Amino acid sequence: MGGSVDPTVINLVVFVLAVFVGYHVIWNVTPALHTPLMSVTNAISSVIIVGAILAAAPAESDFGSWLGVVAVALAAVNVAGGFLVTQRMLEMFRKKQK
Amino acid sequence: MTANQLTLWYLVASVCFILALKGLSSPLTARRGNYFGIAGMTIAVLTTIAVVARGRVDLILMAMLLGGTLGAIVARRVQMTQMPELVAAMHSLVGMAAVLIAVAAVNHPASFGVADPLPTGNKLELFIGTFVGAITFSGSVIAFGKLAGLGKHFRLFSSAPVVFAGQHWLNLALALVMFGFGAAFFLAADKAWTPFAAMTAIAFVLGVLIIIPIGGADMPVVISMLNSYSGWAAAGIGFSLNNAMLIIAGSLVGSSGAILSYIMCRAMNRSFISVILGGFGAAEGAAAVGAEQKAVRSGSAEDAAFLLGNAENVIIVPGYGLAVARAQHAVKEIADMLAQKGVNVRFAIHPVAGRMPGHMNVLLAEAEVPYDQVFEMDDINGEFGTTDVVLVLGANDVVNPLAYQKGSPIFGMPVLDVHKARTVLVNKRSMATGYAGLDNPLFYMDKTMMVFGDAKKVVEDMLKALH
Repeated sequence: MGGSVDPTVINLVVFVLAVFVGYHVIWNVTPALHTPLMSVTNAISSVIIVGAILAAAPAESDFGSWLGVVAVALAAVNVAGGFLVTQRMLEMFRKKQK
Repeated sequence: MTANQLTLWYLVASVCFILALKGLSSPLTARRGNYFGIAGMTIAVLTTIAVVARGRVDLILMAMLLGGTLGAIVARRVQMTQMPELVAAMHSLVGMAAVLIAVAAVNHPASFGVADPLPTGNKLELFIGTFVGAITFSGSVIAFGKLAGLGKHFRLFSSAPVVFAGQHWLNLALALVMFGFGAAFFLAADKAWTPFAAMTAIAFVLGVLIIIPIGGADMPVVISMLNSYSGWAAAGIGFSLNNAMLIIAGSLVGSSGAILSYIMCRAMNRSFISVILGGFGAAEGAAAVGAEQKAVRSGSAEDAAFLLGNAENVIIVPGYGLAVARAQHAVKEIADMLAQKGVNVRFAIHPVAGRMPGHMNVLLAEAEVPYDQVFEMDDINGEFGTTDVVLVLGANDVVNPLAYQKGSPIFGMPVLDVHKARTVLVNKRSMATGYAGLDNPLFYMDKTMMVFGDAKKVVEDMLKALH
């Protein structure tokens, strides 16, 4: 034993715990909202935009950083589209007005 | 901003994403949940931009503005019946973004704070993120084409399964070759572009081949599955960039899609493997041919309205046929009219009533049916026995009592127990069979009255008769 823990091992710890959290949170989602669930998870997986921003970041531009810029645009479509369409759907779920 | 501060902000964003999903446990908290999601995303994007070199920020902001505007326009314009197509299209974008980021990471690992040349561990994760992303992209494009009904223009988009001899062996061989190139990339000392490019190209082809044999009826499973893939792709990229937030967000989405796939498979009484292997629905309608002519009792919309008006308890069972006929609003008016007459009206929804999980709930919500009138199958199935009249609109397989008969092809499939009600009204365009190609004994029962015709026309006629 001894020495520092490999980042991959830490990543694995985070991954396994996140899958458990996901499993429990998702089973609690009411079936009536499964379509908004899909659109919002779509928006959330677009947090990959963070990776795209880093890819686009280097000061000296080469083809890799241009791919990053394209990835930023693609992910941004999902971020805006995903959250807005979810909001639009959720606005429709209203209780009976008495 | 130090790396520690950045990571802590990412933690805040991750918690926001969990809260966003937690909010969806009830329509009361769902909107607040969505705001948490937006907050999390804002934090993630702003903190990342703060650590980026100044020179490039303009370009990044411009790309975000361009993509964001496009996304906002689509979100505003899309019709609720088109949600499955929209979701498929959005999955493809996540997949493509993952591939592009992976290419950039191979090219210039230093911009992600990863050692150059890439350590072997990161290479493995990059390989996983790339091929899952590529499969998500091309698979979602095919799914989008099938859902949007583009089969007329391009055969691979056909909603009927595209099958050929040796299909599964070809897929298996391609997958093995892909992993071979992945291993070559993994073992190479420096940037190994050739195996990386070959591996990515094969993954794109595989995505197409995996989705084309899956028929239109199984689309709810396919969308959920691709939802899951897009999450795993994001998590894979998170692993290779050592970014915990990406791993957490990706895992949440990945498990969400996996659970939805499981729920859809269970609702269709199909195993996940048999859906993936595809070919279902290829012989559509063939089973119906042998059915002998039996007598059905049919009636007019006015007869149906009379029965509805005199009932105490009514349950309406909407199927996708209702949405196709755009009759949701008219049905809502019938429900209101009956409620005014003192009838207890409820809606019963089968998990696969629409073309994606929860689709029918959204379509009814759009027609302003209050959600507390709408019940899931498990919550309402015990109530049919004490119901006077059930109105089935454009649904078939999900109300087929054959599911209780040993030896029938749909034996064991969970169905709405419509046949237990006192009187059943069924609106259909004709006596054609559903996706499963099965005859439905419900239609021949003494208590059943068929009302043939377009759902919208029939519902509007009922409404007139109720006035």
